[in-house]
Amino acid sequence: MEGLTLSDAEQKYYSDLFSYCDIESTKKVVVNGRVLELFRAAQLPNDVVLQIMELCGATRLGYFGRSQFYIALKLVAVAQSGFPLRVESINTVKDLPLPRFVASKNEQESRHATSYSSDSENQGSYSGVIPPPPGRGQVKKGPGSHDAVQPRPSTDQQEPASPVVSPQQSPPTSPHTWRKHNRHPSGGSSERPLAGPGPFWSPFGDTQSGSSAGDAVWSGQSPPPPQENWVSFADTPPTSTLLTMHPASVQDQTTVRTVASATTANEIRRQSSSYDDPWKITDEQRQYYVNQFKTIQPDLNGFIPGSAAKEFFTKSKLPILELSHIWELSDFDKDGALTLDEFCAAFHLVVARKNGYDLPEKLPESLMPKLIDLEDSADVGDQPGEVGYSGSPAEAPPSKSPSMPSLNQTWPELNQSSEQWETFSERSSSSQTLTQFDSNIAPADPDTAIVHPVPIRMTPSKIHMQELELKRAGSDHTNPTSPLLVKTSDLSEENKINSSVKFPSGNTVDGYSSSDSFPSDPEQIGSNVTRQRSHSGTSPDNTAPPPPPPRPQPSHSRSSSLDMNRTFAVTTGQQQAGVVAHPPAVPPRPQPSQAPGPSVHRPVDADGLITHTSTSPQQIPEQPNFADFSQFEVFAASNVTEEQDSEADKHPEILPTEKASDPATSLRIAQADGKIEEKTAASVPANVSKGTTPLAPPPKPVRRRLKSEDELRPDVDEHTQKTGVLAAVLASQPSIPRSVGKDKKAIQASIRRNKETNTVLARLNSELQQQLKDVLEERISLEVQLEQLRPFSHL
Amino acid sequence: MAVCIAVIAKENYPLYIRSTPTENELKFHYMVHTSLDVVDEKISAMGKALVDQRELYLGLLYPTEDYKVYGYVTNSKVKFVMVVDSSNTALRDNEIRSMFRKLHNSYTDVMCNPFYNPGDRIQSRAFDNMVTSMMIQVC
Repeated sequence: MEGLTLSDAEQKYYSDLFSYCDIESTKKVVVNGRVLELFRAAQLPNDVVLQIMELCGATRLGYFGRSQFYIALKLVAVAQSGFPLRVESINTVKDLPLPRFVASKNEQESRHATSYSSDSENQGSYSGVIPPPPGRGQVKKGPGSHDAVQPRPSTDQQEPASPVVSPQQSPPTSPHTWRKHNRHPSGGSSERPLAGPGPFWSPFGDTQSGSSAGDAVWSGQSPPPPQENWVSFADTPPTSTLLTMHPASVQDQTTVRTVASATTANEIRRQSSSYDDPWKITDEQRQYYVNQFKTIQPDLNGFIPGSAAKEFFTKSKLPILELSHIWELSDFDKDGALTLDEFCAAFHLVVARKNGYDLPEKLPESLMPKLIDLEDSADVGDQPGEVGYSGSPAEAPPSKSPSMPSLNQTWPELNQSSEQWETFSERSSSSQTLTQFDSNIAPADPDTAIVHPVPIRMTPSKIHMQELELKRAGSDHTNPTSPLLVKTSDLSEENKINSSVKFPSGNTVDGYSSSDSFPSDPEQIGSNVTRQRSHSGTSPDNTAPPPPPPRPQPSHSRSSSLDMNRTFAVTTGQQQAGVVAHPPAVPPRPQPSQAPGPSVHRPVDADGLITHTSTSPQQIPEQPNFADFSQFEVFAASNVTEEQDSEADKHPEILPTEKASDPATSLRIAQADGKIEEKTAASVPANVSKGTTPLAPPPKPVRRRLKSEDELRPDVDEHTQKTGVLAAVLASQPSIPRSVGKDKKAIQASIRRNKETNTVLARLNSELQQQLKDVLEERISLEVQLEQLRPFSHL
Repeated sequence: MAVCIAVIAKENYPLYIRSTPTENELKFHYMVHTSLDVVDEKISAMGKALVDQRELYLGLLYPTEDYKVYGYVTNSKVKFVMVVDSSNTALRDNEIRSMFRKLHNSYTDVMCNPFYNPGDRIQSRAFDNMVTSMMIQVC
């Protein structure tokens, strides 16, 4: 850039402009925002402006130094004069008129200024700075400006109100537009809602030397750009403010920005900033807000805590109620802190309010945190549409900005979802409680209601183990590492094998239990468990791994609870629910011979179920126990033995099996009747000794024991088998996907399976109930017999 | 659904009370006042720390021939009392719970406002809107 030679007038004018733009009082660099506005006020096409900027070197430097600024101004003048923009033109063009800024207003102002220069009114001062109105011609410019400048200082002290007045006194020639701008009704949002800087500038114009006044003038006169409304703002309500400020500014002869001096003025100015839409924040305003934000929180990406914000905004002297409302509007994420965008929105609302604008009910879209995105401030995520959750969801205006849309949309979604969550959580919680067998929660789910303590898994008897292994061999279950997977696979298999009974959690539990039970053979166990659950059931004690979170095992719980609960209830002190369930379960088990295969499976399943149930005190146990009576009985027996000690010692293996069966039978038939137990025990060993298949013995011994119940046994056996099957199925089924986060498909599939299982179990349940009734009748008859035999019943 | 919603502070003075302008609202005020005794009774009965949300919801405090009064207490002993019309085919308990949850959330938002001094009457418009939405549903 070659040296720039400026005339005196130019020099003065430029320095005034520079001061105007130098809101930070750096005296070195002007704020880009201001400069841009200034250039816009020059009414030059954008490309010209860009060219100017580039020529003056600002683009290169990234900021406007004094020299760059002056050069730019000169180029503006050149452009306005119609000369081509050239670097050389800076100095070559002679008699270049001072760059004109701000459309008509400025011109008008300048015109007035020149015309009234003699008036020693501030207007003159204004005009002094501003190039003489076009009408006046350039002739005046030089001298006019000088003159204006000279008189201005003299007039500076005069009526502080003049700045305010002058704009309004549009001279006859003043364009109406200008007048309009100046006068736009206070609070007239229709025009320029917020002419923020107006007041600010007026003071400037007023007090400052002519240059500053000039600045103010033309700044005030920048009507064209809507944002210049601030200027007009001066005419608007804040007039009073201006007036008050004038006195102060009057004394301030320096061209210092009032900005620095009057924070409130700034605020007011901000308020009066013009927007295209009433709530839009201009760049300058935004810059101001950002600066204020920095004073509180240096990190632009950080938060301003509520207390600091409160202090800051209290300074604006707005009523607390209004500040509270502003806070509600601006704090998007309701976190009690303001991010940069929130702060700008809040500040903007304060300015608006001070200007007389009513606060909106909802945050205007232009103030939504989307600004953050545009401003690339952090915490966009924070702000996103938390549009007053407390407020109606309608308050979540659909954000237009790209970033906000998602945010705002998510907010309404969140709102809705939160409400949905509310219900959902209710449901889920209730369901969870149900599954967890929370007595408090009304068991809407019969399964849950049915669920009774999972029968404790008896120590896996070797027999059962063998059975399990057999089952496992049959099944090709995958590793139970993933209960769900196992269950699903098992379930599928089970479905094939059994009716497509969906087995909810039970399977999973079984899976777990099985895995637990057979640490050495986890895979097998798992497979077995899934199907036979009983395995796991048997070995719960052994491995004692905590069963997986109790899954709602409707089927399990149902089946088991129906029968088991009662029986179990009878037998107190059952080590585990499952175990307990076993004893009370239908004592007579269907003959194992009936369906050796399936029974084998089933009993195993039952056992597994039982074990599972035992391990997972809920749902599952019932099923397994229920299903796998034989095994269950065995388990129960073993469990019972464990707890009861008495018999277990004798026949660790046999008894367990016997016990398993015994509990069901003995308990029912002769709970306190040791004889029967003994009988059963005796019979059990005999039965056991038979050495039938592991599965068979349990039911058989039971049956044997209860000779009178032989007929029942088959039923029981059937039951066992059925239950076993069911248990297996259930076990195989992955537990009901409690976690919402599970794969939806898997969940739905499991839900389907569970439903199927439920239906099957329901059927089974009804059948078993029927059998139960029969068995009970038998029991009653037996008891009567006992009574006869023993007149003094210990019961 | 609710004909009257009230927010009572820990010291048992109302922070916010609003009822549908049907008949004399004084009656609702009185009902809310009398329900405070029931609330205190339930709170004391609870004993342990009110952490579980289920404990926050007190349920039906007492029914009258025309209205039912439900209560909800926060961990800071701020009580929400809601009077619903019995003629409304019994609102499900879950719905009442959800309404209280919304109330609680809105109340939390009001608390988050640094310009709100705890103990002042709640004058938040957002809170008002939310309450209005709940009451309009009923009527």
